[in-house]
Amino acid sequence: MAFARTLIVTAAFAATASLAFAGGHGGNPAVKARKSHMQLYQHNVGILFGMAKGEVDYDADAASAAANNLATLSGGISQRTYWAPGTSNAELGEETRALPAAWESGSKAGEIGGQLADAATELAAVAGDGLDALKPALGPVGGACTACHKAYRQPFN
Amino acid sequence: MKRIFVGLVLTGLVALAAGLFITRPQKIEPARFLALTGDPSRGEAVFWAGGCASCHKAEGSEDAMALPGGRRFKTDFGTFIAPNISPESSHGLGAWTLLDFASAMLNGTSPDGRHYYPAFPYSTYTRANDQDIADLWVFLRTLPPQDRADVPHEIGFPFSIRASVGGWKLLFLKDEFVQDEADNARGQYLVEALGHCAECHTPRNLLGALDSSRWMAGAPNPSSKGRIPGLTPAQLNWSEADIAFYLETGFTPDFDSAGGEMVEVIQNMAKLTAEDRAAIAAYIKALPSP
Repeated sequence: MAFARTLIVTAAFAATASLAFAGGHGGNPAVKARKSHMQLYQHNVGILFGMAKGEVDYDADAASAAANNLATLSGGISQRTYWAPGTSNAELGEETRALPAAWESGSKAGEIGGQLADAATELAAVAGDGLDALKPALGPVGGACTACHKAYRQPFN
Repeated sequence: MKRIFVGLVLTGLVALAAGLFITRPQKIEPARFLALTGDPSRGEAVFWAGGCASCHKAEGSEDAMALPGGRRFKTDFGTFIAPNISPESSHGLGAWTLLDFASAMLNGTSPDGRHYYPAFPYSTYTRANDQDIADLWVFLRTLPPQDRADVPHEIGFPFSIRASVGGWKLLFLKDEFVQDEADNARGQYLVEALGHCAECHTPRNLLGALDSSRWMAGAPNPSSKGRIPGLTPAQLNWSEADIAFYLETGFTPDFDSAGGEMVEVIQNMAKLTAEDRAAIAAYIKALPSP
């Protein structure tokens, strides 16, 4: 009797857990974490490049804030668990566009991450000094984005 | 009976000889380049617009000025391996003349009189003007020599027979422009004569020639999974400013960054003038939808 009750409770628990999983909590947690991180990059990069592009008027405070965010995101947060082994598109399929090469020996992904952190720190130092100071400092930031995406991200299908 | 057979064989041999003669590798007439003097700084601008380094730098290299070749390009016809185009005498272009270079760029013919495979996009460069060829030539001569010997392409039969390229040229090597963009001659020249955008963004027919009826409509990526996107207005709704900004910075209108092979293209396009990037953007916006 006690055994049957345990079985029912266990089954109910498992069913609830699997429903919760299917209801929007699915997906690999490492992939979700790094996509969220990339969205934060994109948001802040968008503010700064939007000013460089002329879509948005230059605003020193907004530029500084976005550049400081980028510096913190790239240099002040450990992404260790975001890039867990076994989470490339070879293992997870369409859930991610991260290529296995990022994890292989000789991968420059970590090095490029360091370049991004350096570029963002330099950007943060000048972002509030006017559009002419901002623009050239954006180049190395964009260069780090494209360097990593060139080598380690599967292009869209 | 025997006589008929001999007659047929003879006729066949004559036809083959005539075919080989008609499709033989053609060099540029020497007189055409006699009066031209190249300017290396103008040649550098042609170099960036032509995207030479994207194929001819070493695999994985970020140094666009070192052009030893060696990058491998997997296609439906086999794997092509980019040659050394540095000014090195035994392996590169060190012993070439301007006329050799012009014959390669405009006619797809090597200095020793063989057809190049059209993986080298001479069917685009054939639209380039002679002065740009002369300028590019003197610029290439200023780059550091690279000591790397070329290796043969890995091409299976029947594509391994270079003479077959002669027939391909007869059908597809044309120096007229594809689109009618009379009010944007610069954009048309940059895209169709130097930039060779269509070599990736336009689908190919069974013989590997660009299908001009689906110009820039997107194509499979021969080297990896996925598709190269179409650029026609039905497929790409970016503004001219968006396209020019992307070519300069690598950022899309929603500030995602470029990836894959396009990153190399952007590294070249970023070196053009703002006017030239705007001309390319205007060309793309004016494309017809297939």
